[in-house]
Amino acid sequence: MPDMAMTLVEKILARSCGREKVVPDEIVDLNVDLAMTHDALGAHTAAKFEQLGAENVWDPSKVVVILDHYVPNKDVDTAKKCQNIRRFVQKYGIQHYYEVGRGGICHQVLLENGHVLPGMVVVGTDSHTTTAGAAGAFAAGIGVDEMAVVLKSGKVWERVPNTILVEIDGTLAFPLSSKDLILWILSKLGVSGALFATIQFTGTTVSHLSVDSRITLTNMAIEAGATNGIIEPDEKTLDYLKNATGEIPNCVHGDPDAHFARRISINTEDIKEPLVAAPPSPANVVPVGRVEGTHIDQAFVGSCTNGRLEDLQIAERIIRGRRVHSDTRLIVIPASQRIYEAACEQGLLASFVRAGAAVSTPTCGPCMESHMGVLGPGEVSIATSNRNFPGRAGDPTSEIYLASPATVAASAVEGQITNPKRFLGK
Amino acid sequence: MKGKAWKFGDNISTDLICPGRLFHLRSNLPELAKHVLEDADPDFASKMNRGDFVVGGRNFGLGSSREHAPTIIRLAGASAVVASSFARIFFRNCINVGLPAIELDTSGIEQGDELEADPEAGVLKNLTKGTRMNFAPLPSVMRKILDDGGLAEHIKKRGDFELAD
Repeated sequence: MPDMAMTLVEKILARSCGREKVVPDEIVDLNVDLAMTHDALGAHTAAKFEQLGAENVWDPSKVVVILDHYVPNKDVDTAKKCQNIRRFVQKYGIQHYYEVGRGGICHQVLLENGHVLPGMVVVGTDSHTTTAGAAGAFAAGIGVDEMAVVLKSGKVWERVPNTILVEIDGTLAFPLSSKDLILWILSKLGVSGALFATIQFTGTTVSHLSVDSRITLTNMAIEAGATNGIIEPDEKTLDYLKNATGEIPNCVHGDPDAHFARRISINTEDIKEPLVAAPPSPANVVPVGRVEGTHIDQAFVGSCTNGRLEDLQIAERIIRGRRVHSDTRLIVIPASQRIYEAACEQGLLASFVRAGAAVSTPTCGPCMESHMGVLGPGEVSIATSNRNFPGRAGDPTSEIYLASPATVAASAVEGQITNPKRFLGK
Repeated sequence: MKGKAWKFGDNISTDLICPGRLFHLRSNLPELAKHVLEDADPDFASKMNRGDFVVGGRNFGLGSSREHAPTIIRLAGASAVVASSFARIFFRNCINVGLPAIELDTSGIEQGDELEADPEAGVLKNLTKGTRMNFAPLPSVMRKILDDGGLAEHIKKRGDFELAD
């Protein structure tokens, strides 16, 4: 009798390919439950789809199309791409389409609108599709050609990942946040430490985190090279999804005796101060004290990593009643329209504006270099986003430090990289 | 396939291969291909010859899901990418755009070495050094996709992808 125990991801994949058991490294043919594309790659996907000679999208109810990367459009090229996407959505009857001003950043939109449910297989033409694992789904990025095939057939091949279990215990109090936690984990794993693997986050710290905070963990799983990141659904997940869908979904759980390729124990007490990923990689992590005083030209609070309401609330607590430093500019971008609305109602955006920040409508914005907030030669930025490879957000000689919303807001006020602890209780 | 090795280091990201600032060229791939890997080696596209190999270290192609990255390596004329390990999405995209991806320890390969690869046999010869390395041949689904010239051609020809041998 073979060992039938499976991890959460193995269970999801086994169900999806109609098998009783799957094992790491085998190649399986998955039935996709949810497919997502956006304006950066959607027009290419649509063109590829038509080149395949497909007549229909396999299931228009399982496809979500969201405009987020270059919106509102910045030039004729991106405007044309969005036109092509709209034509595609209409022609094939895609049922879930988020226009500019109605959605936001794709990964946030998928979760807050209840498109992602526990146990699903989710694919998207975006490497940060891993984000959706916060709802207990298997969610991974794929390329355009593969997405065209998914749209035609609903199928995708996958190499079953082995699972790295990251067990996190201890409290996480201000100024520390889940961003510091994932940077700490990345410093342990490195940028290739989880290649072709799942990172499953668990432990008492994770249980105590809000779903919004957990999303930051699965979002950056890709930065360790992981196929996906995942968190077992619990009461908080169910509340979140009930809020999004009006229903309590069914859950899939891993077997208690499942085999993990590796276990990593993290105690949050070892994280003594906020962390920063210095250039040139998200795993090049140092305590903020090591880079304190570094001049910054730009600070950015937003992105699929840290553009949620609680992120804006933390940043606003630090900014309120202060000014962005005269040598620095601060850009604040809520991750979705819903967050934008809540931040308006709570007066957060007014606070940022009064402090001298540029506040934008939801978009990926300065996370990559091609839309807004692009960095010039030699400029230095501190951002709540997820990548700091050379050239990621502007000129190849510009530099990006990645940090939590608290650290970024404190740095914006001081005009240099700053430990937000100083702002405690003020 | 036979050609010269162009050696790059570990963690060559898709931003280095195909920077986002050239987004506007994504609808003009031959032009985009003139910029391939330029943030890692500014003159690479003009120096390399058709048939040459792009050789990386660990985690080649990490970063975004843009398949323009392997597409422009193929369009520039590289016969394959050889690396000690690949980032997952980049690896998938290589196969899907018809660019062979060979995974083996590249620490012994130096800039300018003459290489000869036989992907079916899983053998890479370093003609300059007189060495021979084996690598695991690709699973059959990926071999078929490559043989057909990429995923789009594969699907057009067969209707669906074929996992079975």
